[in-house]
Amino acid sequence: MALLQIAGLSKSYDNETKVLKDISFNVKAGEFVSIIGPSGAGKSTLLRCINRMVSISSGEVIFDNAQVTSMKKRALRQLRTNIGMVFQHYNLVPRLTVIENVLHGRFGYKSTLQGVLGRFTEAEKEQAFYLLRKLGIVEHAYKRCDQLSGGQQQRVGIARALIQDPKLVLCDEPIASLDPNSSKIIMDHLKSITSELGITCLVNLHQVEVAQQYSDRIIGLNHGEVVFDGLNYQLTEDKINRIYGTQVRELITV
Amino acid sequence: MSEKVMQKRKWQTTIALVIIIAITYLSAAITNFNFIDGLAAFPTAIGWMFSHLLITQESLEKLPAILGKLNETIFMSIAATTTAAVVSIFLSLMGSKTTSVNGFLSMFARLIASVSRNIPVVAWALILLLSFGQNSITGYLALFVGTVGFLTRAFMESIDEASHSAVEALTATGATYFHIVNKAVLPQSLPQMISWILFMIETNIRSATLVGILTGTGIGYTFDMYYKSMNYNVVALITFSIVIAVIIIELISNYIRKVMM
Repeated sequence: MALLQIAGLSKSYDNETKVLKDISFNVKAGEFVSIIGPSGAGKSTLLRCINRMVSISSGEVIFDNAQVTSMKKRALRQLRTNIGMVFQHYNLVPRLTVIENVLHGRFGYKSTLQGVLGRFTEAEKEQAFYLLRKLGIVEHAYKRCDQLSGGQQQRVGIARALIQDPKLVLCDEPIASLDPNSSKIIMDHLKSITSELGITCLVNLHQVEVAQQYSDRIIGLNHGEVVFDGLNYQLTEDKINRIYGTQVRELITV
Repeated sequence: MSEKVMQKRKWQTTIALVIIIAITYLSAAITNFNFIDGLAAFPTAIGWMFSHLLITQESLEKLPAILGKLNETIFMSIAATTTAAVVSIFLSLMGSKTTSVNGFLSMFARLIASVSRNIPVVAWALILLLSFGQNSITGYLALFVGTVGFLTRAFMESIDEASHSAVEALTATGATYFHIVNKAVLPQSLPQMISWILFMIETNIRSATLVGILTGTGIGYTFDMYYKSMNYNVVALITFSIVIAVIIIELISNYIRKVMM
């Protein structure tokens, strides 16, 4: 049984240009899937349709046997609690400490009053430190986030997503603003932790090589359409060119 | 291509400059304002100031009374600003794009902010004077209303600028509106907001003097009284103490800003 089923998903922001056109694919529980494609292909929009950060124009998204498309407030909150999200620009609260930012991931489980008063259980705090230790930034726990490097901030972002105890993690260009070294650290952590905890992972990427190295399966997106969907070794040079367009591709590799 | 663009830019700058000069000249001509006469009047004015605005031993006797009034004015400004800030936080949360609850409330907040900001404080003082009479409540309300308008606007910008991305992230975790406001928006934009509040306190102390002249309260009224009775020595003392007070407040708020940032 697939954890995430997408069928005939379309999205347009202005009723004229379609950002996503009739997208269909399934993601099995525990899979590590990369979505690649040029800028403006609709990768970010696709991810945001899954947790309804943007509304869905038409088509179906079914997550964990629940219809996402028509969800209302409470169900939507429940859905988002089960889906973690990691952002290109980390999207932390820079003035707060690392541990505070990580615990923000628990708000989905809190009543308004509990959250506002910052009531977290011992177990939640221990889990937060466990994740920080795993990601190798536990010594920064009480530092403000704006004092950390980009790579470290992204690890805080990952910890915040993982403490939600999610079934699925959506990563929107997690390494696009990082140098190669930090990028590798982030991808290694994402891969190892999600496979260890059995979390399904859907990652938007720019870099084909990274996608090939880390994912089980790759989905290629171009102009809002799925142009490739297969296991990573099936992604041949020819298929890559179809995703990116030949000339552009040459420019990048040279 | 880019050379052409550069050329065009140069031309635009030149034309803009010519237009500004033309407008300046035209406005001077329409209002019969003469630059030379204006400049020539300067030395005389300064001479008058030095000969009349002198703080004498006699005027110093009025100092305790003046300081009392000055205190009253300063504390009224602080009270008006801080209470206005509380109202502004709610209005700005409703009005800001990042945290708006719905379109209607957002419009409502922006409208209130716009109306209270675009009517000058002096006009507010005169309007309120009719209904509340000559007392410090009128002065307080005039400052309060103007401050709400300005601070709401400033806070909205601080919120949008500071916390857009964090709001997105927290929404994605399933946090509720109040979680997001309390744990992301306010912590992130608070230093900016406090900075604006301090700025507004400084501004309001200056405005309070003017409002006081109109509403017959505080240091403004004392100033007006001595000015009209042509006791210029006391007027000088009052002006001097206002300047000192504003400088002190400015130094304090600069210090607070530095500590907080």
